[in-house]
Amino acid sequence: MLPGGISADVPPPLDVPAERRIFGLETEFGLHLDAPNARAVTPEEVAGHLFHSVVQWGRSSNVFLPNASRLYIDVGAHPEYATAECDTLTDLIASDKAGERIVHDLVEQGERRLADAGVAGQIHLYKNNVDSAGNSYGCHENYLVRRRADFRAFASALLPFLVTRQIVTGAGTVTRTPTGSHFSFSSRADHMWEGMSSATTRSRPMINTRDEPHANAELYRRMHVIVGDSSMSETTTLLKVGATDLILRLMEARIPLPDLTLAKEMQAIRAVAHDLTGAATVELADGRRLTAVEVQQTYLDAVRSRVGDAIERTPEVERIVDLWQRGIDAVRTQDFSGVDTELDWAIKLRLLERYQSRLDCTLDDPRLARLELAYHDISPTRGLFHRLVRDGLAATVVTEAQIDHARSHAPATTRAALRGRFVAAALDAGQDFTVDWVHLKLAGGSKRTILLKDPFRATDERVDSLLAALDEPGPAVD
Amino acid sequence: MPQTHASGQPYEDDAPEPAPTPGGAKAESTDALDSLLDEIDDSLQTNAEQFVRSFVQKGGQ
Repeated sequence: MLPGGISADVPPPLDVPAERRIFGLETEFGLHLDAPNARAVTPEEVAGHLFHSVVQWGRSSNVFLPNASRLYIDVGAHPEYATAECDTLTDLIASDKAGERIVHDLVEQGERRLADAGVAGQIHLYKNNVDSAGNSYGCHENYLVRRRADFRAFASALLPFLVTRQIVTGAGTVTRTPTGSHFSFSSRADHMWEGMSSATTRSRPMINTRDEPHANAELYRRMHVIVGDSSMSETTTLLKVGATDLILRLMEARIPLPDLTLAKEMQAIRAVAHDLTGAATVELADGRRLTAVEVQQTYLDAVRSRVGDAIERTPEVERIVDLWQRGIDAVRTQDFSGVDTELDWAIKLRLLERYQSRLDCTLDDPRLARLELAYHDISPTRGLFHRLVRDGLAATVVTEAQIDHARSHAPATTRAALRGRFVAAALDAGQDFTVDWVHLKLAGGSKRTILLKDPFRATDERVDSLLAALDEPGPAVD
Repeated sequence: MPQTHASGQPYEDDAPEPAPTPGGAKAESTDALDSLLDEIDDSLQTNAEQFVRSFVQKGGQ
């Protein structure tokens, strides 16, 4: 092997069951400095102060953490947290929630540094998708799928599901227009421009088709869904990712799904977002007109008919299917009380309506917009969502102990376990290193790069010997 | 075994559960919602408009 080259002894890919999948969630946070002279600093400067300690230990504002997740500042000064590879939904939700805590931990120091610079105020971080001027930012869902020749057709078959799932998984928002205000399922729908594309900045697709599997490209592709809302509610995340996974499982098993191809996806996603009754129809390519409720019910029926054979019946699958049905029923009957602790839009709508009636104000009142921001504020003290959980007004999936564990521990059953051990050990040893989703390398010209192509592989002898060498006294031996 | 034993004689004392007051759980939850809103009302009302308007992540658009 050449010095500094990539190690050639890559183990063969694991043979994993078809239903096992890698999930990941990427969240861009809204960054808001509330200070009398906030205009004295740019969002980039605020982000810089926020990430000061990260740069100190990581020498960069783009780092991988000992829990194997990635933390960085994205375009537009958005703090971003990407969960490590998870192969269960509980790991995913714990890692996602841990990310909120990790990002929030930067706030205190950021505020102190800003105060030292003469800008005394509070930093708010929002897990939402739009700022007050209408700039949009995302929550990206990643689903590892088996590579296939017809990926484009495969992905496009998912679009009718993605266009309509917002009636159950949307974050809900008050939409203000020149002619009045109304409550919508999703703020993100208005920012989508096309169904599929490989670009994200110039265009805003629902599925990004850039071929970047972060894994063995002969076997895998990544389904990169960027149309979803960020979720505060753990149960909403469970449904958002869980239902999408179940649809993908049927598609990957080549079980025919009803053809619900939409005539005009962009028109449809907006029509669905702005119709809380669920009765507005969308036009299908075959000329039929269906409501979002009917489209979602069709997908749910297709899933439910295969639970017990193509889809293994587990308590988690049953929980997803049950919440999915109750969400559809809530929209159809316009009685939201069955899901108003579990689905973000319904939790938020209940809060907004209650507050509105107390204030006796119109829906466009700024105090309601303020309430909406508080809902998405990730601070355990200033944020509203934590209090909703505390008071039993928002349901959970994982325990506080699981979230706490996920702050400093990688998921144990995927490649993330290897990255987590590596990052933690290198930091402990004070060794410089470089790391990304598929590579690990200790700094130094002769050190080799370990290539981790299999995201399902949680153990690896090459990593073991690398870490053993780190533990040895004196300079590490290659 | 303790489980089957416990559920083995469920009908000896089958006095009906007290009927829940209509909307009992819901009313309780609405109370919780109201006290939560009480808790945050002041901070939400303070300069709400200015607060909301100042949250712009990308200037100049």
